[in-house]
Amino acid sequence: MSESLLQAPLAAEPFPNQPDWFRDARQQAALRFDALPRPSRTDEAWRFSNLRAFDPQDFTPARPVGLELTDSLLPLSLGADSHAGSLVFANDKLVARTRSAVSEQGVLWMSLEEAVAQHPALVQRYFMQSDSLFGSAKHLALHQASVRTGTFLYVPKGVHVEAPLQSFHWLAGSGQAVFPHTLLIAEEGSSVTFVDWFKAHNDARNLACGVHDLHVGAGAQVHYVSVQDWSRQTVALHSNTTVVGAGAKAVHLSLHLGGSFARSESVSHLRGPGARSEMLAATVADGAQEFDQRTLQDHGSPDTSSDLLYKNALYNEAKTIVAGLIRVAPHAHRTDAYQKVRNLVLSAEAEAVSLPGLEILADQVRCSHGATTGEINREELFYMQARGISESDAYRLITYGFLNEVIERLPENSLRVRLQDSLQARLQGH
Amino acid sequence: MSLVIHNLHARVVGGQQILRGLNLEIEKGSVHAIMGPNGSGKSTLSKVIAGHPDYEVTAGEVLLDGVNVLGMEPDARSRAGLFLAFQYPVEIPGVSNANFIRAALQARLAAGEELEATEYYGDLYKEMDRLEIPRNFTARSVNEGFSGGEKKRNEVLQMAMLKPAYAILDETDSGLDIDALKVVSAGVNALRGPNLGVLVITHYQRLLDYITPDVVHVLVGGRIVRSAGPELALELEAKGYDWIRDELSEAALAAEPVLA
Ligand SMILES: Nc1ncnc2c1ncn2[C@@H]1O[C@H](COP(=O)(O)OP(=O)(O)O)[C@@H](O)[C@H]1O
Ligand SMILES: [Mg+2]
Repeated sequence: MSESLLQAPLAAEPFPNQPDWFRDARQQAALRFDALPRPSRTDEAWRFSNLRAFDPQDFTPARPVGLELTDSLLPLSLGADSHAGSLVFANDKLVARTRSAVSEQGVLWMSLEEAVAQHPALVQRYFMQSDSLFGSAKHLALHQASVRTGTFLYVPKGVHVEAPLQSFHWLAGSGQAVFPHTLLIAEEGSSVTFVDWFKAHNDARNLACGVHDLHVGAGAQVHYVSVQDWSRQTVALHSNTTVVGAGAKAVHLSLHLGGSFARSESVSHLRGPGARSEMLAATVADGAQEFDQRTLQDHGSPDTSSDLLYKNALYNEAKTIVAGLIRVAPHAHRTDAYQKVRNLVLSAEAEAVSLPGLEILADQVRCSHGATTGEINREELFYMQARGISESDAYRLITYGFLNEVIERLPENSLRVRLQDSLQARLQGH
Repeated sequence: MSLVIHNLHARVVGGQQILRGLNLEIEKGSVHAIMGPNGSGKSTLSKVIAGHPDYEVTAGEVLLDGVNVLGMEPDARSRAGLFLAFQYPVEIPGVSNANFIRAALQARLAAGEELEATEYYGDLYKEMDRLEIPRNFTARSVNEGFSGGEKKRNEVLQMAMLKPAYAILDETDSGLDIDALKVVSAGVNALRGPNLGVLVITHYQRLLDYITPDVVHVLVGGRIVRSAGPELALELEAKGYDWIRDELSEAALAAEPVLA
């Protein structure tokens, strides 16, 4: 077992010139990973979840891919037409980047290992600063001990990056594990849109364990999109923490398409009056896929707002879980928190679980949450058929529309179009 | 060449009998109007012809140029040349109008054939201009948040794009102010011609000032009780439906026994 996840990451040292604190933190994370128990279904944060989905020992840190394969992946790493720059990773190694003009604006846009070497103080301030709120300390430890690369994006005060920046994370081979990291810092009054594309080269059983953290300074605006399109056999664990400052706005949209067992955790900390977070997700679940989504809207200041919209379309024996908590701290008066989960069930064997929660300790609070589960509307179906559209096409189009409503919340047109393409491609065959 | 409705009996699945022996023939190139009081079965007739699953046909047939469509799925009926403009058009969230109409046209092409995008948008914009529909309409979700007038224009737009052989317009005038009514009527009139048969369903005579029918029928109690020229519409407008009801003998109006 010399290649197990436990021993390998530190042996293959990906961080040249790493400061001591960084190496120490990784070593401690490895120890924590060893010491921590695996989550159990009796943990509130893992209720209904399929824990038997994977054993970390089944995977080894992803081996680099050959040049030929790399060359074949690059033309597939296009993303939005109007992007301002791309990083392309394959099996946790930066393999390509497009020239980007954003550095002229003072934007730092590089791989995590470059940032650790060149901007250690910035990284230290923001890197992996939050504990797991969803019973995933062991997975966070695994990530920190094993992380080898990812995206570092720093937008200085007042700088507006007009077009989206994007990273592609390719996963190739079988039994491979990747640990993609995203660290996005938008300073006061800045704005940026960033997209993480997680893509599979082949249909094999792999592991992805990613951490994606956003720090949105006062008055800044961040749009973060992640497209989880790993192979249908991949175990995917993605954890997101977004910290939103006063008067700032974060929009986080996830498109969940891949994975056999995909757990995604997302927390928005609203810290500062006027902070706003929009948490959006669209999920296509089919076959025996399980999507386990845990969210927290954490209102820590007065006059903050949050709006969560998670939609799941379920086929076959697929399962989705959305456990969403709204938490309003004692002094967070005039909080406006909204949460909506909608499930479109397209098969009698599919199962959609919604677990909403409220924890309100302040006054004058407006909170609403609701979860609905329904089937295809018969009148919509007939209307489409009355226009000549076949029943199966109508089903697909209505399902597309159901999920597309989430994508429509993004302002950037060329990005929307690309996401719609991904959604459409995913629904083909249904 | 005509759309023939012969001795049509239909009921709500497991429920009430609504159509009770309805006969009608709409020749290609002609415009027929059906008038009738609320609840007489006008919308039911249109939906039964289009194949709505809420209803079951208990007797009779509907022949489209000689082909009985009653065994066909609703989408196949549409592709065979039938069009229904809904009294209450349905909202489809997240599906843009452009996407929806394109899907309907695509469904008419052979497998592997792709709709040509530039040509499609050219046609679409031309028809939209005719109906005074603004361009941003294409990106909006189907009927979502539309006013009554916008919904009815959208129905006529779809009809113009799909070029049916026979079109049934179910209360396309309801909810329209006079300006919108003129635009919608002009849109329908532009489509009139030797290759289209139209059945206009309306509660009010007003629409028939703009879309002049060749024949007017009165539907009461699930069957056609009178047919005449356009002057019948004026007579109905002046006298109301009670007049017809009173004139009809008890026997003519007596409900047929409802099939168990
Ligand atoms: N799907 C249905 N379920 C139950 N009753 C129906 C249904 N459709 C129509 N009806 C009934 O049949 C009658 C005729 O309705 P409709 O065809 O809508 O009338 P009109 O369009 O002439 O106003 C009404 O009494 C109506 O309530
Ligand atoms: Mg009606």
